[in-house]
Amino acid sequence: MENYLSLFETYDVPAAFWVNIQLSFWAAIWALALGTVLALFRISPVRSLQWFGAAYVNIFRNTPLTIILAFGFLGLFSVMQINLAQDLNLSLFRIAIVGLSLYHAAFVCEAIRSGVNTVPLGQAEAARAIGLGFLPAARLIILPQAFRGAIAPLGNVLIALIKNSTVAAAGSVAAESSSLMKTMIEFRSDLVIPIFFTFALGFVILVIPIGLLTTWASRKLAVAR
Amino acid sequence: MSAQQVLFDAPGPRTRRIILICNIVGVLIVLALLAWIVSALADKGQLTASMWTPFLQARTWEFFILPGLLNTLKAAGIAILTSVAFGLLFGIGRLSHIAPIRWAAGVVVEFLRAVPVLLMMIFFWLALGRSGVVEPQDAPLIAVILALTLYNGSVIAELVRSGVHGLPKGQREAGMAIGLTRNQSLRNIEVPQALIAMLPALISQFVVILKDSALGYIITYPELLQYTRRLGVGEGNVIPSLLVAATIFILINFALSSLATRLSSLLTFRTRVRRPAKDVVVMDPAST
Repeated sequence: MENYLSLFETYDVPAAFWVNIQLSFWAAIWALALGTVLALFRISPVRSLQWFGAAYVNIFRNTPLTIILAFGFLGLFSVMQINLAQDLNLSLFRIAIVGLSLYHAAFVCEAIRSGVNTVPLGQAEAARAIGLGFLPAARLIILPQAFRGAIAPLGNVLIALIKNSTVAAAGSVAAESSSLMKTMIEFRSDLVIPIFFTFALGFVILVIPIGLLTTWASRKLAVAR
Repeated sequence: MSAQQVLFDAPGPRTRRIILICNIVGVLIVLALLAWIVSALADKGQLTASMWTPFLQARTWEFFILPGLLNTLKAAGIAILTSVAFGLLFGIGRLSHIAPIRWAAGVVVEFLRAVPVLLMMIFFWLALGRSGVVEPQDAPLIAVILALTLYNGSVIAELVRSGVHGLPKGQREAGMAIGLTRNQSLRNIEVPQALIAMLPALISQFVVILKDSALGYIITYPELLQYTRRLGVGEGNVIPSLLVAATIFILINFALSSLATRLSSLLTFRTRVRRPAKDVVVMDPAST
């Protein structure tokens, strides 16, 4: 037991989780913004934008996140020498956020689109009947209801994003939790199983409340029809 | 699609003009974006012929891309089989009428779904490699398969469970009426129907397995991404190599996803599951 507790003196486990939370937080915001725009593209009457939205979703949804994040490090950072900050680690951290955002935006777009499908036809027809064009109808009538219908799938995307933030290891974000777990197991092979369950439990604690919260919110906020 | 069409009216002359303008602006923006990417790549000399000619040589495919693809398919193929088995076992476990079995299966499935696949992969890789249970050079492959099986098997268990819950009660009652026990009715009547209804979602999950097998890159399993990185480092064309690897993944996954969509419309009539199969094909975003 004392042996186990000494781990926390040598290694800063909460700090590693904090990196994952930060990655998830910023990527969630960017992915939500980009995903909403893409969903708007896909339901818009403009053919070229529809096509762009569909192409984006199909490309990013079918690419492994590992490749995207490895590309961020090997391609963007090393070859293209793109720096998003003066500090090396901060730069890699931001590139990982870009990769996570680009990938999850495709899933946010699909979640919102499934939310749009919960909005009955009559709503769109009513919006049209009172003379709203596409953008006002989307902003005032469709999207507010679509977001309320999309809470559960959006929650699933957020949960996936938190778990996927560990893949930032492929983008050389060394401070995050899966990299720390690897280091800890390598140096303390006597405690392999406790170390794994510590990290696993950390994610269970992060993820399960979000699942419960979004399930509750999706019931509470569902538009009564 | 029908619900999306009504977001806008049948366009009149003025709207048609606006849409035309938007179309032109949209195409211009997409072209500008592409041009910006291409010029950025060209600036760093990524588009010269020498960067891309390796992909025209047989040895690139023979020694890098095909062995990598083969390893990816091997890991993903085995993981697909084992996770379906795991999913069936725990899905039926979660439906068991013996409460402790149901709870145990529930705890295992919920736990495994909440833990990142990469954590499990790194754990099995180091634990197996160091303990000497398996040969050190086999540890990455076994770790990839184990981690993919535990995670995706749990997702499949949930699919089985929701598929059976979607069946009308009459199916089980009919089974009982002809003298089957609850377990027999579950195994012979309910689960097979649930599986047919869940086939599209199941295939989407196979896409997830294929994508997740790329995580093996992080634990030194020589799959496609690992091989293309080696190729890229050797030939000095990292970006083209990664783009080729991504394209291969996209093509395979896109084909599988299309199959899932096609099946979901075909299978609507093949089962008594009440839920329209269309809603079932929600790509699990918990994929990497």
